[in-house]
Amino acid sequence: MRRNFPVWAVYGLGFVPAVAAFGAGLSGLSGPDPIRALEQSLGLWALRFLLAALCVTPLRRFAGVNLLRYRRALGLLSFYYAALHFLAFIGLDHNFDWAEIGREIVKKPYAFIGMACLLLLIPLAATSSNGMIKRLGAKNWTRLHRLVYPAALLAVAHFIFAVKSWPLEPLLYAGAAVSLLALRLAPKKSRSLEQAGNA
Amino acid sequence: ATAAPTPRSPLSTDEKPNRLSDITGYNNFYEFGVGKSDPAANAGRLKTRPWTLRIDGLVDKPADYALEDFLKPLTLEERIYRMRCVEGWSMVIPWLGFPLADAISRAQPQSAAKYVAFETLYRPDEMSGQRGFPRIIPWPYREGLRLDEAMHPLTILATGLYGEPLPNQNGAPLRLVVPWKYGFKGIKSIVRLTLVAEQPPTSWSMIGPDEYGFFANVNPNVDHPRWSQATERRIGEGGLFAKRLKTQMFNGYDSVASLYSGLDLRANY
Repeated sequence: MRRNFPVWAVYGLGFVPAVAAFGAGLSGLSGPDPIRALEQSLGLWALRFLLAALCVTPLRRFAGVNLLRYRRALGLLSFYYAALHFLAFIGLDHNFDWAEIGREIVKKPYAFIGMACLLLLIPLAATSSNGMIKRLGAKNWTRLHRLVYPAALLAVAHFIFAVKSWPLEPLLYAGAAVSLLALRLAPKKSRSLEQAGNA
Repeated sequence: ATAAPTPRSPLSTDEKPNRLSDITGYNNFYEFGVGKSDPAANAGRLKTRPWTLRIDGLVDKPADYALEDFLKPLTLEERIYRMRCVEGWSMVIPWLGFPLADAISRAQPQSAAKYVAFETLYRPDEMSGQRGFPRIIPWPYREGLRLDEAMHPLTILATGLYGEPLPNQNGAPLRLVVPWKYGFKGIKSIVRLTLVAEQPPTSWSMIGPDEYGFFANVNPNVDHPRWSQATERRIGEGGLFAKRLKTQMFNGYDSVASLYSGLDLRANY
């Protein structure tokens, strides 16, 4: 049944939170500060899709569940949400005041880390197509796409640096990210499985 | 601005107050959770009657007051103040309250008293955020003012909002309002005022001394490691496409500047 679930539907469902958040903001349903609500929702979904993409390999290795055909969609959704999150930050939150945006990114750790994370996701999104895999070669492509690991760590660090004190929610996401990366350090049982080159 | 039904204190701003739903639905009151809507959702469990206010320390008349007795001789007035949060947003709020100076004078401070320390209620049974893990703040929440700041006519203790008793999420039954300082100085649900000789520890400066200083005066020229302080977003205006406003020194309350003459506001933020 899972086999029949089409990839396009992942994209379709994947954009529901963005449309809902934007709609709620426009219609005044997202509370007294709709800009902040939209910005945070987009960022949170970027992180969720990134972690979902990182679940694919451990699920295959340890649970025998193969969701590989959805991984590209999950990764790209994460990138699209991160880009929308950034657009909300520069446009809605900071009114395209470039001087202030520049100062924020240079001087505020949360903004600097978030920017670095988005920059890491760009080459991954740009090389996500079958054509690019072919052109780069599976080995190089796999190596390049290991950038998702530091990107995931930067994403949760960005969340932690953006809040006051140590509330639970960002720590839970950080725990999830670290666990998903740690699973990849488990000793490899089957050589041939890993040779498929899906990190 | 339109004419108000009640006479305004000359210390009030004539800017348009925020809607009541903004003021009561968007709060930082970590005793009830870290989300902006958590206080409205969770503060209903707090019992504000009976309420005891203790005034002690370097005063000639320390006392535990039943709050209604304490308030009886006082005249409440409306003060419409701008409120600037350290997170880069602001509101305009029609408080109902009285000068903090009236409360302090009644206790007759001694000459050695140089600061006022404030404490919020600690009652984890009714304040869900105080039971939360990890602990966000070393409870109880603490704040402080220099005595001259506390005695300034702009500094009030508020008991109401829009002419009605203060909703729990806004710091019922008694909270501090210091309009030229960031909102976190406005300690809520106060149970204790202590006059002291030395600068008292304050909750946020205990957690992040490089982020939150003791003074916490609104200052567009002193950066916070997390939020830009040069501009602010006025809650409730412009929706999704709201434009930022320039933040004013001392939140526009210029008359307080003389309190800080000779003090380096970059070092004492």
